[in-house]
Amino acid sequence: MSDNGRVRLMQGNEACAEAALAAGCRFFAGYPITPATEIAEILAARLPQVGGTFIQMEDELGSMAAVIGASIGGKKALTATSGPGFTLKQENIGYAAMTQIPCVIVDVQRGGPSTGLPTLPAQGDVMQARWGTHGDHPIIVLAPSTVRETYDLTVTAFNFAEKFRTPVILLSDAVVGHLREKVVLPDPSEIALVERKAPTVPPGEYTPFRPDADGIPPFVPVGRGYRYHMTSNVYDEGGFPATNNHAVARQLMERLHQKIDQHLDEIVLTDEIATQDAEVLVFAYGASARSGKAAVKLARGQGIKAGLLKAKTLWPFPAAQVKRLGERVKAIIVPEMNTGQLVGEVERAVRRLPVEVLPLNRYDGLMISPEQILAKIKEVM
Amino acid sequence: MASATFKYLRPNRLPHIWCPGCGDGIIVGALVRAIDKLGWSKDETVVVTGIGCSARSNAIIDFNTFQTTHGRALGFATGLKLARPELKVVVVTGDGDGAGIGGNHLIHTARRNVDLTTILVNNSIYGMTGGQYSPLTPTGSFATTAPYGMVEPAFDVCRLVEGAGASFVARGTVYHVRQLEELIGAALTHKGFSFVEVVAQCPTGFGRRNRMKSPAEMMKWQRDHAVTVEAAEKLPPEKLAGKFLTGVLHHEDRPEYTEMYRQVIAQAGQEGGRE
Repeated sequence: MSDNGRVRLMQGNEACAEAALAAGCRFFAGYPITPATEIAEILAARLPQVGGTFIQMEDELGSMAAVIGASIGGKKALTATSGPGFTLKQENIGYAAMTQIPCVIVDVQRGGPSTGLPTLPAQGDVMQARWGTHGDHPIIVLAPSTVRETYDLTVTAFNFAEKFRTPVILLSDAVVGHLREKVVLPDPSEIALVERKAPTVPPGEYTPFRPDADGIPPFVPVGRGYRYHMTSNVYDEGGFPATNNHAVARQLMERLHQKIDQHLDEIVLTDEIATQDAEVLVFAYGASARSGKAAVKLARGQGIKAGLLKAKTLWPFPAAQVKRLGERVKAIIVPEMNTGQLVGEVERAVRRLPVEVLPLNRYDGLMISPEQILAKIKEVM
Repeated sequence: MASATFKYLRPNRLPHIWCPGCGDGIIVGALVRAIDKLGWSKDETVVVTGIGCSARSNAIIDFNTFQTTHGRALGFATGLKLARPELKVVVVTGDGDGAGIGGNHLIHTARRNVDLTTILVNNSIYGMTGGQYSPLTPTGSFATTAPYGMVEPAFDVCRLVEGAGASFVARGTVYHVRQLEELIGAALTHKGFSFVEVVAQCPTGFGRRNRMKSPAEMMKWQRDHAVTVEAAEKLPPEKLAGKFLTGVLHHEDRPEYTEMYRQVIAQAGQEGGRE
């Protein structure tokens, strides 16, 4: 691809679709919903061009099931939806978390609850992304705030999914998904791709759910001589149900969490702007991080020492990063386009520190403006 | 024939968890003998199930086996088959799993004509959950959630999937096990979506509440009420009242989904090119 081909004016959703292809995604199943539909529309055209498969399923439940089935078959698989559709996918997202199936789910958030504000932006699915499915389970959730970041984090989502054998959620929003920005796409040769880890033992010795030292069990797609059983009931290392064995149940739950907890340094991604000498910190993600960045710039222009901690990984929550900066600032402002979902996690991270945590919320379908954040900064300075 | 059956079972997963007199074991036997006759290898064969008694059939058979979520087995199977069209994919489901919570997936998979075989075990009840009525519970019969008798009419699930576009539809019973094995064999070799309803008994969840105390009694009911398609052609309508048809009920050849999609890939490659 020429350099010219890499400079593009594109939407967040378009960047997501293109990045999925670059990451090696060869299967998409989905159901139309605003504001995520462009991802499906683009992949309907693009996937068959690279030998991949697109299918529009009868509903969101079937879409998520098909994505998992395709991943079991060895394909990197994607689905994309928005809030109400994300809710319907939760059953099978739980299945993927439990059975350790790599897959990527994009949720381009819109206003809720229920059908709420169907075409307007919000950040109301942060907790749904974490706890939408039933039971305790680990999850990785990434949130882009720009078009280029949508591209990069989509690739990262596939890499994390394959590496950690887990569903990964890309939590975008209607602002980032529909925004058009000039982007310079990375050269395909610069994109590092992760493939799922194959077993090193012959089929007879393969134990499909016994983890290696890194906490992650090797994974072979079906039909390659390694036969196994898979169930989402509590299962032993061989994959068979062990629902009356409390020790197996405890060990499985611990293993599922440890494979993520063991790799926080790699998984938790944040950006910092002007935090070195900051006295007040803005903690933001997604669309709100755009306003957060502008607010910090405005504040600095007025001689106010403000900084931004932008979370690109929402779950696992960047508690260590928040705590480290929380020790140095007077206050942390948390702008969110919801009634306050991640602010509780910020408070938890700094609960023993003498730092004020101030939520700044908007839930009327409009973005939080830089001026609103600046006003809040001035309140605490 | 016992040896063919045991060749495909995982000995360390036995005994199975089904109630005495359950029809599921007979169906597993018919399925593995049919596969044995076709000579399919264990590695190329995948059995996907949802949730329920019939769904527990796959832990004991030595194929690639996946127990998925309630009603969604066909969604998983569709994704898997599209990802790996060369695999032989069989779905085993129940009346609640396949026609109740999974009804939407059933009709759309039939419509697409994905090359899958679905075996729907119709025991007229939610067995594993303890005997609640399903969309295939006959009107008037009793269930824990129909203590005064089932009010709703039941689906004729074979006509449902035929109407939805299934290209192979058959019905058998657990009593007529040789016929069942042949029907499953024909379904497995059919190119496209094939569907076999198996009328089976649930003595624990259904029989006890519906004046059929023993499994044998329930299987005799199957014997006395099943009429083959061929025999039915020669019988007057009054002789068919209260009976149900068995055999191949519908068979047509029409384009299969993954082959159609292969053409899409070829076409997209020519028109769109690869960047």
